[in-house]
Amino acid sequence: MSDTSPILPEGAKVVICIRGLRNAFGEEGEQQQVIHDKLDLDVKRGEILGVVGGSGTGKSVLMRSIIGLQTPEDGEIEVLGENMIGREEDEAKNIRRRWGILFQNGALFSTLTVAENVEVPLREYFHLSPTLMDEIAGYKIAMAGLPADAAPKFPSELSGGMVKRAGLARALALDPELLFLDEPTAGLDPIAAQNFDELILSLRDKLDLTVFLITHDLDTLYAICDRVAVLADKKVVAVGTIEQLLALDHPWIQEYFNGPRGRAAAAA
Amino acid sequence: MATRGYRKGDEHSDERIYRCVGSLTISRAATTEREIELMPDGMTIDLSGVNKMDTVGAWLVYRATRDRGARVEGASPEAEGLLEQVRQADVPVRVTPEEEGTGFKRGVSELGEYVVEAGQILFGLLNFFGATLIGFWQVFKRPQQRFRMNAVVTRFDLVGVRALGIIGLMSFLIGIVIGQQGAVQLRAFGAEIYTINLIGRITVRELGTLMTAIMVAGRSGSAFAAQLGTMKLTEEIDAMRTIGVSPTEALVIPRMMSAIVMMPLLSFYAMIMTILGGGIYCWIDLEIPPLTFVQRLQEVIPITDVWVGLIKAPVFGFVIALVGCFQGMLVEGDAEQVGLRTTNAVVQAIFLVIVIDAVFAVFFSSIGWI
Ligand SMILES: Nc1ncnc2c1ncn2[C@@H]1O[C@H](COP(=O)(O)OP(=O)(O)OP(=O)(O)O)[C@@H](O)[C@H]1O
Ligand SMILES: [Mg+2]
Repeated sequence: MSDTSPILPEGAKVVICIRGLRNAFGEEGEQQQVIHDKLDLDVKRGEILGVVGGSGTGKSVLMRSIIGLQTPEDGEIEVLGENMIGREEDEAKNIRRRWGILFQNGALFSTLTVAENVEVPLREYFHLSPTLMDEIAGYKIAMAGLPADAAPKFPSELSGGMVKRAGLARALALDPELLFLDEPTAGLDPIAAQNFDELILSLRDKLDLTVFLITHDLDTLYAICDRVAVLADKKVVAVGTIEQLLALDHPWIQEYFNGPRGRAAAAA
Repeated sequence: MATRGYRKGDEHSDERIYRCVGSLTISRAATTEREIELMPDGMTIDLSGVNKMDTVGAWLVYRATRDRGARVEGASPEAEGLLEQVRQADVPVRVTPEEEGTGFKRGVSELGEYVVEAGQILFGLLNFFGATLIGFWQVFKRPQQRFRMNAVVTRFDLVGVRALGIIGLMSFLIGIVIGQQGAVQLRAFGAEIYTINLIGRITVRELGTLMTAIMVAGRSGSAFAAQLGTMKLTEEIDAMRTIGVSPTEALVIPRMMSAIVMMPLLSFYAMIMTILGGGIYCWIDLEIPPLTFVQRLQEVIPITDVWVGLIKAPVFGFVIALVGCFQGMLVEGDAEQVGLRTTNAVVQAIFLVIVIDAVFAVFFSSIGWI
């Protein structure tokens, strides 16, 4: 049992460390909706951690609190060795350039073209020549699997799947150490989703990336995740390889991995 | 020397070898780019001293091999992998959409587009006007099913009740200003008492309605455009249509009705507040007692003035809501459009209100309501 604990043993190389996190919406009292309570989680350096959980269990909120968009009521969050809670804006900047984030709905800047979107973080942090910047945007866009003619398009002219890829291209712009992906393969066709998985895997291998991957896609979980964290009952109930999780008798985990879809993905 | 800055010098100094040492990453991309620029074509890039590389570093090396015939040496398997990866991702891209022509030609074509667009907008506005009338007719035919009481009442509150404070204050102050300016001028003729005529007639006939219209255009016309525009962006309006709810009925008509109903009420209220401001000024500065002020008002303001003021009000309300909703519906694409359309809504509404006011002025004087 203890090897599926969300807390890693002493000495492990940890990139994200969360202890006792509590998130809630609304005024304190009966109306208050508690999303997370006493949540612990460790993310190991270089791993691809899949985060699963039913809709509305707070996966996106968890990600938002790690990256500092949501101030938790209680708890500690450490990212890349730095405490994230109560930081000054300019201190946080140093961390921000070390991570890349793909939001669930893309969150592209609507007044900029795809290529310009990718250039935003480059402009913010580095003084590069315009040609180099355009070239970097170009290959990032190609890496994210977009055709070249998507680069000069505005977000409103893209399909849903293309928005995801453009978001990924922007997340990859600074060659981050840490990548947060919120349901990257949702809305992609199966071939695209598989390419996406392969892309993440190869980026991880080559760039020494740590990936925090929220997903509902069982194929992705089987294909690329080193460990899977299960979010239920307001906390991370277990973290481990899929085999380890299958050995647990948590009802949601059993239903998730042993349902018809889960078994189909396992067979693949 | 082939090596610069943080890069280690080469003892067997070969001009054509570019040795990278340490990290070859985006933080050093600008320097690295410049250094590679200075190397001769056909250089050899030695990566054996590199301990950290990212895709930007790989891209710079790859670009040198592609364009400058450079050879790469001593690359670790990871570096090879990165080079391969950027090679695969190398496709020429444009950053911004193509723009045709230059200088004069483009200026002319932009002017042409502008004129065409202005024409289309005018045509579109008429079209929208027609669609709204049809919508009104349909609501009127079957009020039980089609009339959205809640939506209309909410709008009454937002457009009317919540504007009371600002319109009241504005009108009160305008009353004082007219009184004061009028008194200064009329005193020269010893005709201070005519200040009351001035305040009364200008307010009831023109200013009360006009100022209210400008305020409503700024408060509610802009809000209509921004609300509908945002809903358009988030595809809410499309969703509404597919469910079978007509956006005209659900969104446009309640807004129109609220503006049409609230404008006369607000205008009347504005008139009262302006007269109140003027009256208080007259009382304090000209020492005209309130009772005399009111009596004199009754004598000098013909009832037709009240009609002139109040007949215009619903028309102005209609125009403000029409332009606001129309501009909101025109939003397409991005957030910038919402801002642009909102600005347009206010500017065009105020402009149209003033044009229509002028037409009314001519009309009323020609029917003898002077
Ligand atoms: N800004 C907010 N205000 C109030 N409640 C919120 C807010 N954001 C999220 N919630 C609530 O928090 C809960 C968790 O939301 P979250 O978006 O994290 O779900 P999720 O696990 O990402 O679900 P999904 O898989 O559907 O994306 C939901 O019940 C949601 O209603
Ligand atoms: Mg979510």
